[in-house]
Amino acid sequence: MEELIQKLKVQIIEQLNLEDMEPDDIDETDPLFGNGLGLDSIDALELIVLLEKEYGIKIENPKDGQKIFYSIKSMAEFIESHQK
Amino acid sequence: MKAYINGIGAVSPQNTLSQEHFLDDVVAVEERFLQVLKPDYKSFIDPKVLRRMSKIVRMSIVAAKTALDEAGIAKPDAILTGTGMGCQADTEKFLNAVLDNNETLLNPTAFIQSTHNTMGAQIALMQNNHNYNLTYVNRGFSFESALLDGLMLIKEGEVKNLLLGGIDEITDESWLISTKNDMYKTEPLNNLQLLNDTQTGGLSGEGANFFVLAGQKTSNSYACISGLDTFYKPANEQVVLEKILDFLKKQELELKDIDLVILGYNGNPISDNIYMHLENELFAENATAYFKHLSGEYDTAVSFATWLAAKIIKNGVVPSNVQKRKYTGTAPKKVLIYNHLRNLYHSPILLEQV
Amino acid sequence: MSSPIVVTGIGIISSIGNNLKETTHALLHMQSGIKPVSILNTRHAADFVLGEVKKTQEELNQLANADQTKPWTRTALLGLIAAREAIQDARLDHSGAFKTGIVSASTVGGMDRSELYYKDFIGEARHKEFIDTHHAGDHTEKIAETLDIKDYLTTISTACSSSLNSIMFGTRLIKNGILDRVLVGGSDALSKFTLNGFNTLMILDKEHCRPFDESRAGLNLGEGAAYLVLEKEEAALKQGKKIYAYISGYANANDAHHQTASSEEGNGPFLAMQHAITKAGLIPDDIDYINVHGTGTENNDLTEGMAMKRLFGTRIPPFSSTKAFTGHTLGAAGVIESVFSIIALQEQKLLPNINFKTAIPEINLIPVTEVKNAKLGHVLTNSFGFGGNDSTVVFSSNKTRVS
Repeated sequence: MEELIQKLKVQIIEQLNLEDMEPDDIDETDPLFGNGLGLDSIDALELIVLLEKEYGIKIENPKDGQKIFYSIKSMAEFIESHQK
Repeated sequence: MKAYINGIGAVSPQNTLSQEHFLDDVVAVEERFLQVLKPDYKSFIDPKVLRRMSKIVRMSIVAAKTALDEAGIAKPDAILTGTGMGCQADTEKFLNAVLDNNETLLNPTAFIQSTHNTMGAQIALMQNNHNYNLTYVNRGFSFESALLDGLMLIKEGEVKNLLLGGIDEITDESWLISTKNDMYKTEPLNNLQLLNDTQTGGLSGEGANFFVLAGQKTSNSYACISGLDTFYKPANEQVVLEKILDFLKKQELELKDIDLVILGYNGNPISDNIYMHLENELFAENATAYFKHLSGEYDTAVSFATWLAAKIIKNGVVPSNVQKRKYTGTAPKKVLIYNHLRNLYHSPILLEQV
Repeated sequence: MSSPIVVTGIGIISSIGNNLKETTHALLHMQSGIKPVSILNTRHAADFVLGEVKKTQEELNQLANADQTKPWTRTALLGLIAAREAIQDARLDHSGAFKTGIVSASTVGGMDRSELYYKDFIGEARHKEFIDTHHAGDHTEKIAETLDIKDYLTTISTACSSSLNSIMFGTRLIKNGILDRVLVGGSDALSKFTLNGFNTLMILDKEHCRPFDESRAGLNLGEGAAYLVLEKEEAALKQGKKIYAYISGYANANDAHHQTASSEEGNGPFLAMQHAITKAGLIPDDIDYINVHGTGTENNDLTEGMAMKRLFGTRIPPFSSTKAFTGHTLGAAGVIESVFSIIALQEQKLLPNINFKTAIPEINLIPVTEVKNAKLGHVLTNSFGFGGNDSTVVFSSNKTRVS
């Protein structure tokens, strides 16, 4: 899980062009949206593509993203429970 | 119809963003095309929004902010942009992804930001500006169309002031594609030697040139834009000449009233013929200047000429490195810009001292 | 007071008809043009339904009677077909006494050909005649040259509100004395670029779209073009021309909220409608029908509905989205739906919002669901685009108080 969390941080920084951020700047329990990292609905769509590209998990309904992408931790848990 | 230029901001291949210099430090490079000097974007734009922006959006925001700050206006009554090719980088990025990935696993951001009105929209978003916001996209008429809209808005009394910008960006790929059509030069050249270059095609460039236009002048007004015309695909050089004479007649001016003519020479021997013809036949007695050795050629390059004309009028000097036929007069009062793109899109613009 | 601006010619092509007559028939008989994909070459052909003009490039070429020595994009062919119909309808002659121009609109311009040949552009440079047809104004120039429109040309691109803005700008060109007559409108062909783009936004419905319905799940894309000939009323009357409608009000406003999503309160849409009605010298109660933007996405219909409630209070005029007929035709949507609004005025009939069953609970607004006779004096149409670009035009059957 720890490894996956680190990997996710790197991938998110790259995918969303968070140029000034280092993986250590993100706490895995911080909210990604709103007051946390300040991501928005376009980022949520980017994260859906990231899940499919990197982890082979397809999300059909963008609304499901709200819960899955709450934090890095919730994302990692979702990936672990959905990968074979 | 007329409008005062009360603020300007230019991101170009020259040091045009700084108000201290006026082309006394021209940048010469030996390249195939001219790119803008990269401003310190982070000092203008919040990193949170900057991260998604392509070059064309970034340079637009910097130029727009600079012009608005100078005019002391936070939220203009209208935002008008002209861009011939729009967001080339994001369009290419998404198009290549569609083709390379066979329509799968595509990221949305480039698509979202590929629309031509992204620049105007992002500027509005940063200002929470709900006002009129339009984008014109007809290649070599894009800036002129936005300017015409602005002049009409002021005449109609719909706005007191407005933000106007001419913007185009260059990418390696868009440049490469344009060269396939003999539009631009393919071998590196020294931009200051533009008029001595024998390759076909113009010198490709890019830029974002923004203006605050208003119905009322201020103590900071640069100049007044008092005339504009556009004509598409004239039959021959004689028609161009007559159209320009008509234009001057409408302004109730004679050739001798024009202190300086800025011509759009771009280094393409074929299309520069028109300028040469006019310089010899029509403007034989006028001082002339050129600018595309500094800006490069692009669909909205005439917005750089507008910047140049406004600066010349306000500063009262014609910088030596833009003079084509030597300028001997005192501070110019009336400057005529005549530009064409590929002999298709022709436009005279008149600027006058305030 | 200067003479009001009127519509004297109409041309249209979309998935519901190749001309005004066919279009009117389809609207009044509730025949949707949204069908399985058979023209666009995409791997998603089985995934979505589209409002395609069911004609191949060759068939369009023939219908358009286009000059075969030039490279034509689908956008330009659609545009030419509609533009020619409008010019003929208005019986424009080229005597030279009038200054005539064109203001067109498009979002992706010649992308339908660019995406076929793009790799050739970069590599071998085959098909390089299509390099120059990529830009958004190419179709405008092709139409102007073919139809001999000489005095002015330009193109507007503000995403999905583009062609309402061209109507607005064209009207002002006449009012300001720059032109006597102007062809205004827009054209957009379907492309893989836009289909995949909207797919990444996850706002495409795989089924037929259901605007303003609780179960709405996104939009269907479509293609088409439409043009209006505008001129001064006095000129039209002098020549005994049919006046289809008066352009009585128009406005553009910006939502300034988000690049793609509308603000919850629908600020931009509210301002666009409010300003257009004021410009027409009317009050909200004067509006007899609204052709809403109504894409069928969750966000658009909810926020547009909110804006209507704010502006009209409890007295919301009869309204409908006609996007379930044509799909969302992007840059052409504004003018296509303007033509529909004018058809409503001409026929004195409200147009139906097909596929509607249940109101959206948050706003509880019920659109017109069948063709209905009504007394229509002033109709309003909305078009909203990316970048918060929101526009409204008001068409009237008679001169309004201000004009």
